[in-house]
Amino acid sequence: MTTDISFATRAHEENWLPILELAVEEVFEIMLGSRVKPASSEHLVNGEFTAMVGLAGALCGVLTIRCDATTARHVAKSMLGEMADSEQQVADALGEVCNMVAGNFKNKLAGTDERCLLSVPTVISGAEYSFRSMADGDSMDTVLLFEGAPVAVRLQLQG
Amino acid sequence: MDKIRALIVDDSSVMRKIVERSLRQAGIELDKVVEASNGAEALAALQGNVVDLILCDINMPVMDGLEFVRQVAKVESAKGIPIVMITTEGSESHVVAALSAGARGYIRKPFTPDQVKEHVLPLLGKKP
Repeated sequence: MTTDISFATRAHEENWLPILELAVEEVFEIMLGSRVKPASSEHLVNGEFTAMVGLAGALCGVLTIRCDATTARHVAKSMLGEMADSEQQVADALGEVCNMVAGNFKNKLAGTDERCLLSVPTVISGAEYSFRSMADGDSMDTVLLFEGAPVAVRLQLQG
Repeated sequence: MDKIRALIVDDSSVMRKIVERSLRQAGIELDKVVEASNGAEALAALQGNVVDLILCDINMPVMDGLEFVRQVAKVESAKGIPIVMITTEGSESHVVAALSAGARGYIRKPFTPDQVKEHVLPLLGKKP
């Protein structure tokens, strides 16, 4: 029988980072019409917008996507065109991207998606905050370049 | 093709716009689009609107998409309206649950306009 804790172990042993990056790349390519690629680690991300989606069940944790305000607006415009005219729509767009990345990621993990639920997305605007997840196990971090701007993606899993 | 009236149910206003745009890109002419942000709102919308097609997310607050599909099956005036789920939930159990409840199609996010075309047009009696 597979126990919940084995997923955290699997994440560590199987190296899920390329799967997470692929999930991000697919969402950006299909929904935003833009190819993103992993960036080198020296890219610092100004997290003026942070979208997060919780994962519960067999795979427990939180997925966050951070970027600056200009990039978040660019994400929204890529999805909506000129209809993206308010901060609410910018936040909504980034939250939906986070939601699709989380879903796409878990759908790629054999045996995980059947027993893992996603929360509705939450989006924080403003950089002056500290974020602490109770999912204090391993985390996977990657930075991808979207139209030249860095977007940070983190999956933190419960240990 | 006759113009159709669509009900789009998703808690994300951005996704509702994208679904509407995808329908248009699929060559479907829309006479009217009714939007709802959860299943309960969508049920209420069905009381005052006649629609030909429903596209519905699963994970939503208040009433999720699966419960909405079950409830629609009890509404006499809504019987026969094709419902297509558009969702991040890709598991086989969700697909089976949705189709068992009465949904006629299932599209996983992220999706392309071609996928919308492929799944929706046959339900409107057209070739994709």
